[in-house]
Amino acid sequence: MKSLAELAAIREKMQSKVVIREGMGTIRVVVGMATCGIAAGARPVLKAFTEGVNAQGLADKVSVTQTGCIGICQYEPVVEIFEEGKEKVTYVKLDEAKAKEIVEKHLKGGQVVTEYTIGAAN
Amino acid sequence: MKELSLNILDIAKNSVKAGATLVRISLNTDERGILKLLISDNGCGMSEEILRGVTDPFYTTRTTRKVGMGLPLLKMAAEQTGGTLSITSSVKEGESGTILEASFDTNSIDCMPLGDIASTVCVLIAGSPEIDFEFTDESPKGCVELKTAEIRAVLGEGISLAEPEVQQWIEEYIAEQYKNLNSI
Repeated sequence: MKSLAELAAIREKMQSKVVIREGMGTIRVVVGMATCGIAAGARPVLKAFTEGVNAQGLADKVSVTQTGCIGICQYEPVVEIFEEGKEKVTYVKLDEAKAKEIVEKHLKGGQVVTEYTIGAAN
Repeated sequence: MKELSLNILDIAKNSVKAGATLVRISLNTDERGILKLLISDNGCGMSEEILRGVTDPFYTTRTTRKVGMGLPLLKMAAEQTGGTLSITSSVKEGESGTILEASFDTNSIDCMPLGDIASTVCVLIAGSPEIDFEFTDESPKGCVELKTAEIRAVLGEGISLAEPEVQQWIEEYIAEQYKNLNSI
């Protein structure tokens, strides 16, 4: 049975990491979570990114955040990836499997998955 | 929307946007199968004029489009089961906030499944780790509950509720409560 006491253990584990993590997030993954995004399936996409980043041990350099409507509702679920010194990458019509692939290839490997970008969808 | 939990995720974000520091989401299903959904917040509230327009799909606060489908979709989801949706709000200083009440007949063939509510609660908390959420789901079988204030009290100030480890704990904590209820 899960209990609040387990959180205390998480706290102990985290406290040492908190200091290191500050200011290290150089890649920002932003998931559109307005009505349009949610209806199109953004919730599992967000989850796939969060879990993927954590599982690949990328949490120190990648942060996954939510935003409202990005303005291209017909392409939802939309995810934008911002990286310092690089151009923004906009991925469109994502699903869980595509999100996992992007974590593996783009966030971990540094290679943009061109076929899922807005440029390829046009 | 294919799940009520997706509507809940969408609508609860309005409370966050209204600057609430506490958002309560409660579900209550009685023995006849009538589900009552209550979302209340202590945000800035809405004037009567705005309140009249919120279930109109051509009213929205978003700046990128002229349509806002969130509330109209939830209203439709409730009404197609024979249920209702109503919103009351106050802009009075010190007691401002909004209360949304919706009812659904879960016996209706047009009633959407609740879906992955644990995921909805996690996403809401991850999106706004600084504000407090209270979630309860009561039915004749028992009650599922999560209060972020309790989690925060154990974790202390330095650790964000958006941390992956904390998120995972929250999701499993809710999932386990549902599992226990269903095994009774």
